[in-house]
Amino acid sequence: MSVSVAFDKARAENRAALVGYLPAGFPSVEGGIEVAKAMVAGGCDVIEIGLPYTDPLMDGPTIQDAVHRALTGGTHLADLFRTVEAVAATGAATLVMTYWNPVDRYGVERFSRELKSAGGAGLITPDLTPEEGGEWLEVADSLDLDKVFLVALSSTEERIKKITDVCRGFVYAASLMGVTGARSAINTGAPGLVARTKAHTDLPVGLGLGVGTGAQAAEVAGFADGVIVGSAFIRRILDAPTLADGVRDARTLAEELAAGVRARG
Amino acid sequence: MTIDNAVPDAAGRFGRFGGRFAPEALMAALDQLETEYLKAKDDPAFQAEFQDLLTNYAGRPSLLTEAARFAEHAGGARILLKREDLNHTGSHKINNVLGQALMTKRMGKTRVIAETGAGQHGVATATAAALLGLECTVYMGEVDTKRQALNVARMRMLGAEVIPVKNGSRTLKDAVNEAFRDWVASVDDTHYVIGTVMGPHPFPMMVRDFVRVVGVEAREQCLDKWGGLPDAIVACVGGGSNAIGIFHAFIPDEGVKLYGFEAAGEGVETGRHAATMTAGSVGVIHGMRTYLLQDDEGQTIESHSISAGLDYPGVGPEHSWLKDTGRATYAAITDAEAMDAFALLCRTEGIIPAIESSHALAGAIKVGKELGPDATIVVCLSGRGDKDMHTAAAYFGLMPEDGQ
Repeated sequence: MSVSVAFDKARAENRAALVGYLPAGFPSVEGGIEVAKAMVAGGCDVIEIGLPYTDPLMDGPTIQDAVHRALTGGTHLADLFRTVEAVAATGAATLVMTYWNPVDRYGVERFSRELKSAGGAGLITPDLTPEEGGEWLEVADSLDLDKVFLVALSSTEERIKKITDVCRGFVYAASLMGVTGARSAINTGAPGLVARTKAHTDLPVGLGLGVGTGAQAAEVAGFADGVIVGSAFIRRILDAPTLADGVRDARTLAEELAAGVRARG
Repeated sequence: MTIDNAVPDAAGRFGRFGGRFAPEALMAALDQLETEYLKAKDDPAFQAEFQDLLTNYAGRPSLLTEAARFAEHAGGARILLKREDLNHTGSHKINNVLGQALMTKRMGKTRVIAETGAGQHGVATATAAALLGLECTVYMGEVDTKRQALNVARMRMLGAEVIPVKNGSRTLKDAVNEAFRDWVASVDDTHYVIGTVMGPHPFPMMVRDFVRVVGVEAREQCLDKWGGLPDAIVACVGGGSNAIGIFHAFIPDEGVKLYGFEAAGEGVETGRHAATMTAGSVGVIHGMRTYLLQDDEGQTIESHSISAGLDYPGVGPEHSWLKDTGRATYAAITDAEAMDAFALLCRTEGIIPAIESSHALAGAIKVGKELGPDATIVVCLSGRGDKDMHTAAAYFGLMPEDGQ
């Protein structure tokens, strides 16, 4: 399912969409599937399944830790596709967030076809820009997959236009200059970035990086179409004594965030 | 195929290699760096300031020393050593950092960050930062902070903050990741002084231009003092800055063979090596498309080398291009071969080389035997071995115990 369906549904309910991130294979392949399902049950409209990668240079310590555990636990591409399939079966739009090299190495078309057949909606590509994304853009268009690129606070108007022109599904706005990880406050520049992005596109704009509480979700939902949360979910699982506790805590967080996106600040 | 110096293209590509695979947050800074660098390149005042620092601070030009006793072990070929070990801070790295430190000032930034493996680049960056009044943070894999403890102390003495990186393999690759993470968060006032000819465009081009003085000098010295161009140039390759530095001026000289030697570690067949071009495949790492050590699913394979400076699973994209075009030849040297060459240079010439450079020396022995006694070979002695004494002494069992 394309993520635009999820964003349309949220828009119809006059709220922002809730997007949750979890790397495949964390805390285990089956455990991750359970957690992701709980995130959907708690109110996530869209799930980003991260492909664990050895060199996650955009990620802060929490996601690095989770990804490292996934890799040392033996997570492979087959596990990613299996996770996508299980999560997509819940009805939530399911994207893969991945650094570029694993896709490049596996073959862009082969990767895309397997993603599609698993029910995946598309890719979020944090280290791929439209300039280097030619092959992906072509394959994604031929398979009707979502192409989510990032805009940043430092992006010029020219770049925002170039990026939004090639996005499909939604545009990922990075709320701060920095790596992933929950922060105590939403960056004051974030609303401006979303507004600048919306000036160039009718696509929904989701805001990520640094969001972790219901109150922050409500604040972000006041100016963005989507609220993206990753590290805060992972933190719950890392802190939980058992998988069952982690699943429950992830669901509780999703419920808190889902209430937040309905209480727009 | 005709080789000229018209690479990279406007997108930073060397054929199919290079480019710019980076988080969007860095794109504005990379654009600014490219624009400012292209201006600086044609700005006589900038170039004069750079040249002045090279001459009056770094100590250029470096010598081209004939190594006659060493050459007896290399098939009798004439061997000339390009003495980058004699530069201030003891390696070729100073050329690049002085250029990038000037770029930092030119862009109005006040802080530099750097990654380092063996510490040569970290020491050079800390030095340039001290000289030009910039704040400096250096990321170094925790494994490397232990094998290069002396250089950690040196950097701190020069006023830099050294941060041991405890992620992943805890070596150079992870220091690069951590430096990128810092840069994403600090790009407004900070320049990332990448230490070799790698990274997203314009770094591979800019760093090459700052280190190409090595080959320009070597070429002039060969013509002036030795009466002609050499038959071969030999250098070690980790990221590849000293090799590009000495190769570049010779690329149009088709009669001059170019040889790059990377680290075979315990042997390419053992899997414990850093022989990126010998055993790697094409992919994307640290902002560029290049050869890298990776598995079938695109996960980076950890490299291994006795030399912290060569312990990196990628390589600068221009080397990948020189390999594919056939202009340069790349092969791998084991830890043991490198250490034999290390000892040989010490005892035949009274020069203690860096372990990185020892890979080039071991390669020169092979090339010398292949080309024969009439050949003249220039070896880039990229750095001095003081920083490696702990490793070398342990390797050769020379460390006195209990004061004996």
